[in-house]
Amino acid sequence: MALSQIMFILLIGVVGFVGFKRYSRLRRNILLGKEPILEKDNSTRWKNVALVAFGQKKMFKNWIPAVLHFFIYAAFVITQIELIEIFIDGIFGQHRFFAPFLGGFYVFIISFIEILSVLALIATVVFLVRRNLLKVPRLKKPEMKGWPTMDANLILIGELLLLTGICCMNGADMVLQDMNDSHYVQTGNFAITGWLGPMLFGGMSAEGLIGVERFGWWLHIIMVLGFIIYLTYSKHLHILLAFPNVFYAKLNSRGEMSNMPEIMNEVKSMMGLIPEEEVSADAELPSFGAKDVFDLDWRMILNAYTCTECGRCTAECPANITGKKLSPRKIMMDIRDRAEEVGTALDSGTVTLDENGVYDDGRSLFDFITKEEIYACTACNACVEACPIMIDPLAPILELRRSDILNESAGPKDWLPMFNSIEQVGAVWQMPDARDAWTNEI
Amino acid sequence: MSVDVRIKKMSEFLAEEKAPEILFWVGCAGSYDARAQKVSKSIAKILTALDIEFAILGEEESCTGDPARRAGNEFLFQMQALQNIEVLNGYGVKKILTACPHCFNTLKNEYPALGGTYDVIHHSQYLQELIDAGRLKVEGGAFKGKKLTYHDSCYLGRVNGVYEAPRKVLEALDSDLVELKRCKTKGLCCGAGGAQMYKEDEPGDKRINTERVEEIVASGAKVVAANCPFCLTMLGDGIKAEEKQEEIMVYDLSELIVQSNNW
Repeated sequence: MALSQIMFILLIGVVGFVGFKRYSRLRRNILLGKEPILEKDNSTRWKNVALVAFGQKKMFKNWIPAVLHFFIYAAFVITQIELIEIFIDGIFGQHRFFAPFLGGFYVFIISFIEILSVLALIATVVFLVRRNLLKVPRLKKPEMKGWPTMDANLILIGELLLLTGICCMNGADMVLQDMNDSHYVQTGNFAITGWLGPMLFGGMSAEGLIGVERFGWWLHIIMVLGFIIYLTYSKHLHILLAFPNVFYAKLNSRGEMSNMPEIMNEVKSMMGLIPEEEVSADAELPSFGAKDVFDLDWRMILNAYTCTECGRCTAECPANITGKKLSPRKIMMDIRDRAEEVGTALDSGTVTLDENGVYDDGRSLFDFITKEEIYACTACNACVEACPIMIDPLAPILELRRSDILNESAGPKDWLPMFNSIEQVGAVWQMPDARDAWTNEI
Repeated sequence: MSVDVRIKKMSEFLAEEKAPEILFWVGCAGSYDARAQKVSKSIAKILTALDIEFAILGEEESCTGDPARRAGNEFLFQMQALQNIEVLNGYGVKKILTACPHCFNTLKNEYPALGGTYDVIHHSQYLQELIDAGRLKVEGGAFKGKKLTYHDSCYLGRVNGVYEAPRKVLEALDSDLVELKRCKTKGLCCGAGGAQMYKEDEPGDKRINTERVEEIVASGAKVVAANCPFCLTMLGDGIKAEEKQEEIMVYDLSELIVQSNNW
């Protein structure tokens, strides 16, 4: 077994081990949330996965970014075929293992990947320019300062390196094939490197070409493997999580806020609609709504990890448009950051969750999200509509309000007259007239 | 032609051992807000003119609890909702007409989980059905050729997916309908939802209704059609703040029908 094979297998082993740990940790962080009540309608769920996740239906509300994004997405999906070959070649010390079996079809597949790679390259460059030179408001909001922007740029640069790898690997191979070295299987010309390869590397020595080919091959696989690990530190998890996120997305009407059966039953018993025994008499006063990640359902935490910080929600938010602090994207980022904080504490091994699955470090989501933000929301659902991968930023905002109002009796003072009036006279305003007084003057 | 309207209550129908075709859920705004009362009256006129037997609950109607729920006050919501469901189920109500997309949404989407399931329809949908069925004929042409625009309310449009019915009603007016830049799924909120109606804004650059009114002014429309009492208030206030109240009128769909037909 050659040294390169041992190195390759070792690399896969290390990435496999670290990856397993990182993704298990991610799963644990998501499951810090409570079990959601999922509507049982799997056919609609799979339909959503096909149309919204695979088909990117909601992206196409805005054509230009949708098409550019589709290039990168398609290149990402199709390149997986080539990766299978890289794995086989790497482990067994082969070179272009599939080529002899597939013949002309092999050239077609690799050419297809190359064309998509060029389109992905164009898209990547446009995205880098858009993010750094153009002033796209949604990419310049306060929550994007620092790491989030750096993160986005690193991913785009990583993509450029990956594409460089493919270009070196295939381009040098094309020239080596022309030299009739028996190790380099005669495949026929690839669509792009068939002419680009000789242009870039023609006239180089065989050793030089082999160097370039090996450099490209290793760069390609190292970028891919590195990316798998990097994802778990990044906002870019949507390439994996968009699929489960869309699958688990709420199916009931957007207009229905989640019911709170514990309060419903309490009120029913107060009204004499059900006997008092049926209401569970918890000695402890229950806590309502969500103050921390443990109180959210895990679907909301999955939403938070899936968010790729594109900011389409924030760009449509009427509060944000008119200069309020609320940004639905920031809400999702904050939930993720709090889950990460709790996760890091758990990783240290010095703390554990109590029997209710909660860990109290004296902090909560309210250390990340201010009340000014949650109370600026008009519940208009523009953010819900805007998200291309069915994230629902409104649900946690309303759960945070419930926590503040029901547990702390806090919230905007202006609401007190409205609450009192509804309670006392059954109308949002306290009026001296009868409710049907308007009927007297038609 | 004026229409002689007499509005009966559910209790009166019950005393006569009869049931109306539809229950008109008036809502807090429709009952108490001077602007929205005009919408309630318009709807009552249309129903009466078409000989549709309808009833209101009168004093037995109470806030649906929508603003309480969206403010986070689930206790108050549950008290309101369960009390209303008692009343509605007590009368055996099947079909409810609302003039407010917030009442509409709560009755339609949130009451079933609490034991209240009804066929709920918003008046823009009902008007469209009546026009399609040939029961409601829009005459006159008071708005013929007038530049008119439509403001999608969040809870009828984006939340419940009703975009076409109100537009079809407007088509019947023969007016020149111009769409706002942000319409349908991208319709901009008037700023009142989520219980914002009852509180001051958080600090910011401007009010949401100002942002919306600027767009309306830019559209060149002289009439804005709306379907929600809170949008009526917000847009009306915004237009006044821009000192355009002499040039741009805000009406509910039902008011446009009543004006066209001279009822």
